[in-house]
Amino acid sequence: MQTTPQQAAEPPIARWELKLYVAGQTPKSLQAFANLKRICEDHLANEYHIEIIDLMKNPQLAKGDQILALPTLVRKLPEPVRKIIGDLSNTERVLVGLDLRPRQLETGV
Amino acid sequence: MRSPKSKTKRTAILPAGPPKCPTGIHGLDEITLGGLPRGRPTLVCGGAGCGKTLLGMEFLVRGATEFDEPGVCLSFEETGDELASNVASLGFNLAALIARNKLAIDHVYLERGLIEETGEYDLEALFLRLGHAVDSIGAKRVLLDSVEALFAGLDNESVLRSELRRLFGWLKERKLTAIVTGERGQNTLTRHGLEEYISDCVVLLDYQVTETVLTRRLRVVKYRGSTHGMNEYPFLIESDGISVLPVTSMELKHAARNERVSTGIPALDTMFGGKGYFRGSSILASGTSGTGKTSLAAHFVDAACARGEICVFFSFEESASQIVRNMRSIGIDLGRWVDKGLLHFHAVRPTTFGLEMHLVKIHKIIKEIDPSIVVVDPVTALLHAGTAFETRSILLRLIDFLKEKQVTTLLTTLTSGSDAQEQTEVDISSLVDAWLLLRDIESGGERNRGLYILKARGVAHSNQIREFLLTDHGVELREVYLGEAGMLTGSARVAQEANDASSALLARQEIERKQLLLQRKRKALDAQIAALKLDLETEEQESRQLIAQEELKVVKWEQDRGAMAKSRFVRKSSEEADGRGAKARGGRK
Repeated sequence: MQTTPQQAAEPPIARWELKLYVAGQTPKSLQAFANLKRICEDHLANEYHIEIIDLMKNPQLAKGDQILALPTLVRKLPEPVRKIIGDLSNTERVLVGLDLRPRQLETGV
Repeated sequence: MRSPKSKTKRTAILPAGPPKCPTGIHGLDEITLGGLPRGRPTLVCGGAGCGKTLLGMEFLVRGATEFDEPGVCLSFEETGDELASNVASLGFNLAALIARNKLAIDHVYLERGLIEETGEYDLEALFLRLGHAVDSIGAKRVLLDSVEALFAGLDNESVLRSELRRLFGWLKERKLTAIVTGERGQNTLTRHGLEEYISDCVVLLDYQVTETVLTRRLRVVKYRGSTHGMNEYPFLIESDGISVLPVTSMELKHAARNERVSTGIPALDTMFGGKGYFRGSSILASGTSGTGKTSLAAHFVDAACARGEICVFFSFEESASQIVRNMRSIGIDLGRWVDKGLLHFHAVRPTTFGLEMHLVKIHKIIKEIDPSIVVVDPVTALLHAGTAFETRSILLRLIDFLKEKQVTTLLTTLTSGSDAQEQTEVDISSLVDAWLLLRDIESGGERNRGLYILKARGVAHSNQIREFLLTDHGVELREVYLGEAGMLTGSARVAQEANDASSALLARQEIERKQLLLQRKRKALDAQIAALKLDLETEEQESRQLIAQEELKVVKWEQDRGAMAKSRFVRKSSEEADGRGAKARGGRK
């Protein structure tokens, strides 16, 4: 079954639970947030919820999701968990990472 | 007041260089002259299974338990539970340390397949995690094990490298003493060249297998701003952690003591100027097999234990119970000292592990037990575990170490039956302070034991060969018989002594006989004198009687004459007249 987004008829429910780990308001984190916002709006309008976690404030949260690199985007839902690191400037790769695009030369999950 | 102050200041300045952080690992602090560079990262590298993680964990655990320096472990390979169970075998209870906030373990898990990289990133989260862990327990020590796992988990090597550089800088900035482990590469110390970033101190772990015997080794490749031991040092992973052996002490500076310690054999003490060995010296007893080396050692140990001293007996040939049993046959009960905890036996086959390991073991045991007397019986057995050259160097280090610890050491060596008895096989005679030679003396179809002191530094010692007897009440030394027939031992000596005894008896008897004779002669003479006296007396009596008779005769005669005179007197006047008439007549003629 395809997990590609289907324009849901239901009222906007956050089907996509996304967490963006950043450390303070660095250019990179701002960049990442902007990129994410754009991609979500383009591909997951009304179906997503983004939580921004600032590890500067809550460093203990890094352990739970095994965060190492920053910024890191974690797709908590839908399962399985996916992680994308970097400022998300390469939209294609972000989409692949979020399973919104089939991986190249790989069968779609 | 001022001068001692300046003095202490000077001594504090002398070992200048970076401040050091003691690891608490046996031997490592000696090699590094105090520990790892404080506030700086140290790279520990080596192949798989050579003990990097254990070394790092011990560094943290010792820090937490012995130096009140909490530690953080950032583990990239093993989870906290795995680590805890791995080091539990070393007696480390990580859970308890974590509960007491002395230790924090953060398992950093990276799975490549789950991560997509897009665009720029850094490892700030790693810093934050580490920083958080460090802050939460006030850590002073950090272990990164092994940071190279990042290379497997992340693609962007240039980011990684710059981040690692930043990480090590960050550690320094936070004044954390860190151990960073790295897998050994083909031609480099670490597979990913971590040595480029960590230049303060690099420790290399290694192991060698020679003739099926594994020896782990440690080498301090570099230590910026500090001298350190340059050699490869063997180390051991044991039930209570790692112990590294600083195999050669850097200088000869052990103090010499004047105190003497009894050999356990009064006659042998006499040979050593009446007092025995110097305390803290090393004594070598060499001899062919069966000359009584172990017995000599047993006496020494027995006497020491009787004084309440602690002894360690390293045996490479006999088991502890065998030695105890055998020594009981010469009247020495070592078992009671073992029961009292004064005597510790460590019997191990020389081939069990390599030479270095033996040395490490001995070091460790001596450090633990802290004996005043050590016996190694026989050191030549170590030849089975290495070459003569290696054995010699090991023994040199052992003797050095024992001297430094002021332990009186009795080493025995087995010499082969050849003529070169005054040459020990391992050639350590020049290293020891006193050398007892036990040898066979063959004569009269017998093999007897002789003992002499070949050398005793600083002791006026006997130059005589003594016969060495093993009796049921211990070792006895007898003066050998030196007679016209040369040196006699054993039954020849006994025979000669009997001979001497019988001739002495004969002489005594002769004297007695002569005295008796004289007595008799005197008695005879006395008797003679008495008889003569008796004779004289009778003779005297007889002659007295005769005299009396004669006197009587004389008296009678005189009386007779008187009477005669009287009668003659009558006639006289007429006769006178006659005479006168005749005279006148004649004259007239």
